[in-house]
Parts: sequence; C-alpha cells; structure tokens
Amino acid sequence: MINQVYQLISPKVFSIKYTDLSFSDKVIVRPEFLAVCHADQRYFLGQRDIKVLNQKLPMALIHECCGKVVYDPTGKLSVGQRVVMIPNTPIRKNDVIYENYDKGSYFLSSGHDGFMREFVELDSDRVVAYDNVDPRVAAITEFVSVGVHASTRFDLIAHQNRDRIGIWGDGSLSYTVANILKSRFPESKICVVGMDKRKLSHFSFVDETYLSTDIPENFEVDHAFECCGGEGSYYAIEDVIKYINPQGTLMLMGVSENKVGINTRMVLEKGMTLVGCSRSGRADFEKAVELMENEDFQRRMKVIIFEDEPVRSIGDICRVMANDLTTPFKTVFKWDI
Amino acid sequence: MIFGAILAGGVGSRMNIPDMPKQFLPLGDKPIIVHTLEKFLTCGRFDCVYIGVHADWVTYMNDLVKKYTPSSADRVRIVAGGADRNGTILNIINDIESNYGEDEKNIIVTHDSVRPFVTIRMIEENIDAALEFGAVDTVCAAVDTIVSSEDGKVISEIPDRSKMYQGQTPQSFRISVLKDLYNSLSDDEKKTLTDACKICVVRDFPVHLVEGSITNLKITTTGDYKIAQAMLGCLKAED
Repeated sequence: MINQVYQLISPKVFSIKYTDLSFSDKVIVRPEFLAVCHADQRYFLGQRDIKVLNQKLPMALIHECCGKVVYDPTGKLSVGQRVVMIPNTPIRKNDVIYENYDKGSYFLSSGHDGFMREFVELDSDRVVAYDNVDPRVAAITEFVSVGVHASTRFDLIAHQNRDRIGIWGDGSLSYTVANILKSRFPESKICVVGMDKRKLSHFSFVDETYLSTDIPENFEVDHAFECCGGEGSYYAIEDVIKYINPQGTLMLMGVSENKVGINTRMVLEKGMTLVGCSRSGRADFEKAVELMENEDFQRRMKVIIFEDEPVRSIGDICRVMANDLTTPFKTVFKWDI
Repeated sequence: MIFGAILAGGVGSRMNIPDMPKQFLPLGDKPIIVHTLEKFLTCGRFDCVYIGVHADWVTYMNDLVKKYTPSSADRVRIVAGGADRNGTILNIINDIESNYGEDEKNIIVTHDSVRPFVTIRMIEENIDAALEFGAVDTVCAAVDTIVSSEDGKVISEIPDRSKMYQGQTPQSFRISVLKDLYNSLSDDEKKTLTDACKICVVRDFPVHLVEGSITNLKITTTGDYKIAQAMLGCLKAED
C-alpha cells in the first residue's frame, strides 16, 4: 500500500514522501498519539549544525509515539492491540553493551525517518504492548524509558549510600526521573534543584526542592542526576561537584550542543563517577510500561502533559511545534493524518 | 457490520492500453488495485472487503489477492461487476445480504480502485460518519474557480468557489438507506446518476462530507498514471 511519510525537508518546511509498504515479516502500526522532544525542536528550528542538517534531512521527526497494531505476521499481537514503539534499532545482539550504545545501532528520527508516518513498519521486537495506560501518557513512554535506563544503570553503578539523591533541572526530564526514582528507590530522599519556582511547584511528590540560587551551604547528596542540558549543564555539573559526597555517582542526561567545562580536579579529589546516559532499549520500555501501569505514577505523568489539538495536515504539524515552544513541559497530540 | 467495496468494474478504455484495465497497471512493485486493497485491509473495522471487478477479470483478481495479501485473503470477496458503477455496488450488496443477512445497521464504504492514495484517516472518518448519518461523500475544497457552461463555448455561470467541492471517494452508506432510495428511482432518474451519492441527493437524503485530499488522486488518464508514479518515486525516464 502507499504510505505517507511527513518529512522535514528544511527547518520549518515539511513535505510528504510516498512509499510502498507491503505486508511482510514486519509488524505494521498505525500511530495514535505522538509527543514532541527537544531533539525534534532542534531540527524543526534549524538549531543543529548546518552539516548535521544537510546530512540528516529530509527526515520524519518524532520518536515518542504509541499506536495500534494493524498487522502482525507472527500473530502474537492482535489487530487493534495498543503498543509503544521503540525508535532505537540495533543490528545485532550484544550481551555486554546496551543496544542503545552499540555500534551500528540507529535511531528513528535521527538519520532515519521517525514516527510522523501514516503507518510504521517495525521488527516485532521493536514494539511493546500495553493495556492499562491512557494513550496520551503512553505517547511519552520513550521519554520515561530514558529515565528508566538511567535509573537502572545508576542502580548497577552507584555505591549503596543512597540516603539523598539530587536531581538538577526542573523540566520534563527532571520531573520524570524524580517520579521514577521515587518509585524505584522509595527509601531515598529525592531533592530537586531548579531555576523556576513555578515549575518546581509541580514536584509535589519529592522530599525537597531548592532554587539553584538558594541552595543551603550544608546541602549534600550521595548521588546526583543532571537533567538540564544546554547552557544549564555547566552550572548544574558545577553545583553537583560542590555538593556531592565522596565517591558519589553523577548521571549525565542533559544534551548540550556545546562542550561543557568540568572541574576535574574536584571530580578526582572526591573520587566521583560520571556516567553518560542516552536513549534506551527494549528492557527499559518494558519497565517503563510496567511503571506507567501504576495509577499514581501515571497520574503524576499526566501533570506534565499538554494535549494539543489533533494533527490532520502539515499546517497542524507546524502549529504543534510552535505551541510546544510555549508550554513548559511535554506536548502530546493525536495523529489524525 | 461494516463492509468495504472497492469498485473496479471499468475496462480502462481511456488510457489506450486495451489489454489491461487501468486498476491492474503496476504502480511501483504491485498493481494499483493491490495498493488500494492493502489500505482497506489495514482498517480492522471491516468485516469483509469486497472487490467488484469485470466478470472477465474475477479469476485474475483472485490470483492477485492470493499473491499479495495471502494472510488476509479470508477477509476479501470478489464479485462480478454490473453494467455500471451503481450496478456493481448493488451486486456487492446482494452478495453481502446472501452471505451475511440483512441488517438495518450494516454500512458499506465504496471506493474507486484507482484511488490508491486514499488514507486510513479518510476511511475511518467515512465509517464514523456513515454510522452516524447514513450517507457520506469524501470531498476536496475546490482550489480553481469552477466555471459552468451550458454549450461549452461561453460561460453560463461562475458559482461561489467557497461553496464548491470536488467529489472523491470513499462514498459510504447505510446499506438499507441506499437500497431503498435506489429502488424508489425511475429508470429515467437512474440514467442521470453519475455516482452513488447522487442516489441520495435526488431523493433529498442528506449526504455528509468528509475531508478528502488533493493527493487522493484518481488514476484515469496516462497523465494521472505518470503523476502517481512520480509521487511514489518510480517514474522512469522512458516513461
């Protein structure tokens, strides 16, 4: 059948590519709700390096998406089954290296078409079924899975003094990581450091919140998550190094286009461990779905979701991308193309 | 129950390709009608997707279904077409009623086999609107000014463009409504029918509109065929 792929061809300009899609050995999914990520915005606004844009465009955006199965050759998933889709695509099985870091793995919406398509065809291990999650929340499963991935690695790497865990950042990523940590490490105190009082007020379930300009001198954490990215990365990492206890682990999660200076003298002195975390794999998606099936967890995620009007045309795509810039948290929309 | 009805009764004389009806011409790696059928089969709400095809081509169509959509072959039925478009629709309705029985609520989503660029959104909205209202047409707002001429030489009228639409398909109906209205028409009235929606319009039964798209192209001429190939990126230099 003829499939429509909505590609960004240059910043703020979309075009439809028509492709032939056959009923083959892949699962075919009809996207239902999509969510916007900062990475999509950087392509849409042309904020990536011109060489990167030239290399990656034209390309369909969006890697956060849930949908319904319309065809599964294996018969494991019934038609109409709701699923979340995994954008990370490994090319081999690797028992040592996570699939999202393995050489050769590629990512849909970074050099390959993302989910802005009428139908998406995927290998059967790239979809995870869900039932008891509102599809508006399921749309951000990929986002949650990134937090799950970081928290899983944290659990494997960080020493066992975990009384206080700090999270730097007050945006969607910080909120989601806080929700995950609160759920997976209920004994730990979760402390969030941010810049915006209004945004920090959403973190009703954490133990302490601080403005970055107002951190008490005796403040300390055993470990930390950096969820700022961009210009904020430098200041957040600087703070963490200052307030973290010896041999603390810092999970780096925020993306920055520029190189970030780090006070390595103090990193050495404290014997810190810095861990880079990016993207996620199937195991993280499965855990994310499990977490989201918990009613409280799901309700908390709903707090940071803004649902825009359905998208039926290229004009609507541009409207959603523009609206997303004016909302503090996650933008989700029904894909009605 | 909900039925799809892909209409492929014509013999394609307008394309000067005498040996094969246009819906069987290749578009990319498969015939045009297979693209259309596959799109209908992605809609899980159809109990069965019918194909109305000229009697001479029933076996050929059967072979295509087995070759391209083997796993869904049990959801597809092929019926010989009638003398005209509405005749084909009625043949399909007769087959539905013999196999599934009559039900006031049954609906049928009819579609040109040569519109392979139809989207799942249009199909879903046709089903929703047919269930609610009983008759639906898919239309596209007119972009060009529409000019009417009685004699083909001078303009008779220029209607208000904001009220003008171009009719496409799918066209969808509650089967009971369509049958009753059609049977109420005289033979002269039946001769004036250009499509199934006109059956409703002639008898003042309201037909609701679903938004189509300019890309929901009807492949009727050689030029359309080339446009469709270009859209799919498979137009070769020698074409």
